[in-house]
Amino acid sequence: MIYIMRTLKKVALLSALVFSAGCATTSSYDYSNLIAAKPRSILVIPPMNNSVEVDAPYTYLSTISKPLAEKGYYVFPVAVIDAFLKENGLPTPAEMHSIPLDKIREIIGADAVLYVTIREWGQKYQVISSTTVVVADLRLVDARSGAVLWQGSARGQRGNDSHGNNGLAGALLGAIIDQVAGSIIDYTPDVSRQANNNAIYSRSRGLLNGPYRPEPAR
Amino acid sequence: MVIKNKSLVVLALCLMLGACSNTGNLYYWGNYEDMIYKMYLKPGEATPLVQIERLTRDIQKAASVGKPVPPGLFAHIGFMHVLQGNKAAAYSAFEEEKTRFPESAAFLDGVIERAEKAQAQGGAS
Repeated sequence: MIYIMRTLKKVALLSALVFSAGCATTSSYDYSNLIAAKPRSILVIPPMNNSVEVDAPYTYLSTISKPLAEKGYYVFPVAVIDAFLKENGLPTPAEMHSIPLDKIREIIGADAVLYVTIREWGQKYQVISSTTVVVADLRLVDARSGAVLWQGSARGQRGNDSHGNNGLAGALLGAIIDQVAGSIIDYTPDVSRQANNNAIYSRSRGLLNGPYRPEPAR
Repeated sequence: MVIKNKSLVVLALCLMLGACSNTGNLYYWGNYEDMIYKMYLKPGEATPLVQIERLTRDIQKAASVGKPVPPGLFAHIGFMHVLQGNKAAAYSAFEEEKTRFPESAAFLDGVIERAEKAQAQGGAS
């Protein structure tokens, strides 16, 4: 009996130690604004595009709802919001990015606004390979105070190493196949998802859980 | 004793993994994000009718696997009904979104209110 008690004690102690270790963060990202603001809902403004790919903003927009919602936030319907803003005289992301926060609070009722700037997008061809890259800056802002609640750099990459070890000839042919296939198969949504997941679910500096994702928060 | 310790280690490892892992998706996503992608990049493959049909099927699928549909989905379907000119269906989808996610109420109430006002003014003039 005493033995069992001792074992149980050991389990409890070990569990507590290991449990806290499992959640330890490697860097000390400052979450104080986010914790204080406790946003429930996020409005995603269609991204600004600093890449040369014209399809980037709306492809990106189709990949951002899931990671935010699965983190526990209410995410306003991105396409409805886009249409709504266009309808109200804001035809481009640049103009949408300049809406005053008090208007957003008043008309949409969002707690927080996510501003995204796309920096790199799409396929990069080298001689014997091609890579699909997505890089974007994410900035979550408190719609009441304007304070920055969280920032992340989203990076995703997909190399095309699927052509096996057939030497240079295989590699060269592989790159050509990628360039041909790349015009048919669009890998950017997958890479964009990967980029968003890397930023939002980062262990050391990812977004904290929202109200629909029960604790433990990290 | 050796075995006991082993089971302790296994238990500890399980807890460690559990501590930070997300325990599965909250929502059944279905075609929602794919429809958004297509409506911008391949609009012919995601007409309002196609979207309503696909996303309505997703709602049934979600129910059958016992998961809620994601935030925004009902509002998005409502928007597709607006594009189809079906006001009753649109409003009923907006109401569903509000019930499921009260965070959407301010926005959707405003949309409905302004639409009603515009229509009333249009009718009067």
